[in-house]
Amino acid sequence: MNDVLLAPARVLVTKIGLDGHDRGSRIIAAYLRDAGMEVIYTNPWQAIDAVVALALEEDVDVIGISSLATDHLLVPKLMVALDAAGLGHVRVVVGGIVPDEDEANLLAAGVSKVFHPGAVREDIVTEVERLAIAASNERPLD
Amino acid sequence: MNKIAKPVMSTGKGTHQAAFDEWQQNYHALIGEDKPVRNRSGIKVEPLYWPSDDPDGAYNGKLGFPGADPMTRGIYPTMHRGRTWSQRQLIGLGRPVDFNGRIKKILASGASALSIIPCNSVYRGIDCDEVEPEILGTCGTIINTEEDMDICLADIPIDEISIGLNDPSPFTMLAQMLVVAEKRGIDWKKVTGTSNQSDYISHFVANHMFYRLSLQGARRVQLDTAAYLAEHVPNWNAFSIVGQHMQQAGATPAQAMGLTLSTAIQYAEDCKARGMDPEKFLERFTFFFDISISFFEEVAKFRAGRRIWNRLVSDRFGVTNPRAKRFKFHAQTSGCDLTRQQPLNNIARVTIQAMAGILGGLQSMHTDGYDEVLSTPTEDSAKVAVSTQNILKHEAHLCDVIDPLGGSYYVESLTDAMEVEILNVIAEIDAEGGMFKAVESGFVQEMIGASALEFQDQVDSGEQIVVGVNAFKEDEDASARPFLKRPSQVHMKQQVEQLKKIKAARDPALLNNALQELRQAARSEDINVFAAEIDAVRAGATLGEIVKVLRDELGFGQPLVVA
Repeated sequence: MNDVLLAPARVLVTKIGLDGHDRGSRIIAAYLRDAGMEVIYTNPWQAIDAVVALALEEDVDVIGISSLATDHLLVPKLMVALDAAGLGHVRVVVGGIVPDEDEANLLAAGVSKVFHPGAVREDIVTEVERLAIAASNERPLD
Repeated sequence: MNKIAKPVMSTGKGTHQAAFDEWQQNYHALIGEDKPVRNRSGIKVEPLYWPSDDPDGAYNGKLGFPGADPMTRGIYPTMHRGRTWSQRQLIGLGRPVDFNGRIKKILASGASALSIIPCNSVYRGIDCDEVEPEILGTCGTIINTEEDMDICLADIPIDEISIGLNDPSPFTMLAQMLVVAEKRGIDWKKVTGTSNQSDYISHFVANHMFYRLSLQGARRVQLDTAAYLAEHVPNWNAFSIVGQHMQQAGATPAQAMGLTLSTAIQYAEDCKARGMDPEKFLERFTFFFDISISFFEEVAKFRAGRRIWNRLVSDRFGVTNPRAKRFKFHAQTSGCDLTRQQPLNNIARVTIQAMAGILGGLQSMHTDGYDEVLSTPTEDSAKVAVSTQNILKHEAHLCDVIDPLGGSYYVESLTDAMEVEILNVIAEIDAEGGMFKAVESGFVQEMIGASALEFQDQVDSGEQIVVGVNAFKEDEDASARPFLKRPSQVHMKQQVEQLKKIKAARDPALLNNALQELRQAARSEDINVFAAEIDAVRAGATLGEIVKVLRDELGFGQPLVVA
């Protein structure tokens, strides 16, 4: 078990579903990049299969889903698809406009953390780093 | 502007007596019955205050009287004392029948215009039978067919109310609404309103949700639609140029105004290149802005924007039509300033934002629900939002005096400073070869992204205090937060079934022929795409079918994301 990462954390920052507001996801991408992580950033409207494929190809530790409308309601499907693809170790965080009731459902579906408006930069960076370490420790050996 | 900063009663003889007299004449001609207004202390409140003492004669050149160049103080002689702004609340949820029920309530509570927000799946150009059911109808109304539009507008007099359609290129909702009007026997010349989401450049740059067709394809459809409407639906505003998206994405107020004006310049150049007459098409340009909580800055932004547009229309395009020089705008209070923490505080924020918009001289407004940062607004919060406007109008008397902040040392100086900033942005975009090129290259996206980060840094560092977020924090009871119930999955399934039924009942030969004609129009340079689209709606084509054909021919809209 490591409590530090040997290489920079790899984080996919993306949006699924229908919405295209990306001020938040761009800022988060910049936060994580400035903190030394490798950030993979995409256009909005990614299909779940595309997110899984990219996570696999880029060997990411954490996936950040930004949801400003209701697209986070699709995240439980993403969790199932990640598991099916052998990416159960990858941690998923959701950020944006997520009502409390939805947050409980997301956490129950296996999402590691939900960040709300007003979340502090330091907390986001620290949490993503921590999750990346956890993911890295659980990554199946080739 | 210190010279004019001492507002005195308008009755004295001064440098600008002749111009004042002219304004007064226009004012009385337009106002109808001018009931005297008195404040609570019994003081008579005049409709306008202006400096009779202006030794440098700077007043008329820089501010002028309302309705007269350069229109800094307002685009009409009467402004809100004559006609107040339209209360145009954005509403959309669930099925067409749900929208219709809710819009009737909103109209009954004092709203004077309507605005339709479709489901995000509509923005993406896909029919409801192709959407993941969980997210269907959660942010707006499902409108895929002319039948859906007919239900949305049931019992609504289309020809008597101004309609705002949040309808990006290729404007399928407008095509559906025109066919509904046609079937009801309504003359298209009586249809008034605005295509609120016609600004494809702002969608490419800042709000990708609306971005459906490639840049070049959207440009083509825009011009075809504008030309078609000018001829057949002359009271419809084909162009709403949207600074709101760019400011929401992070542009500063001055950048947002500058980029919006540069976009308007681009569209005007494009229309001219197509042979349209700027004396005519420019009077149908309208604008749509964000109102942040930076109160004085927003007032100055609107005043400066009005002055720049007024001059730009004559300087750049040689236009003399006074209606084209009017900077008509809708504005929406900024959701970015609202906080999830202590959400009731957002009522205060929205009130301040709305005041900035009103004192900035807007023509139409949407006030946000205080819970927009938590979910789609609830019915209760939407009521508070409308009431906020009514309170400002009737109890706070913000409409009694035209441009009441005009003449303030601070506001005039800030208006001048914002003008300089805005003109700098326009000059930068000119140097990039115009807005179209500046967004193709990513120049604008980088500018906005940098500003977004800079503002976030200020919040993160505590330099910009946000109550409840980085200061004055409190423990909160999460269960007290309002949350809108999502549309029932049963209703959504019914809606999908309904679409399938409508699709099955069409005459396939007629439909295929109309879609083929639409494809031909898109391929040809000489056939108007929007005319072909209306024919396709008449033949029963759905939103998804129309958008698919045009995406095949004109290219799918992929935004240029600069992260």
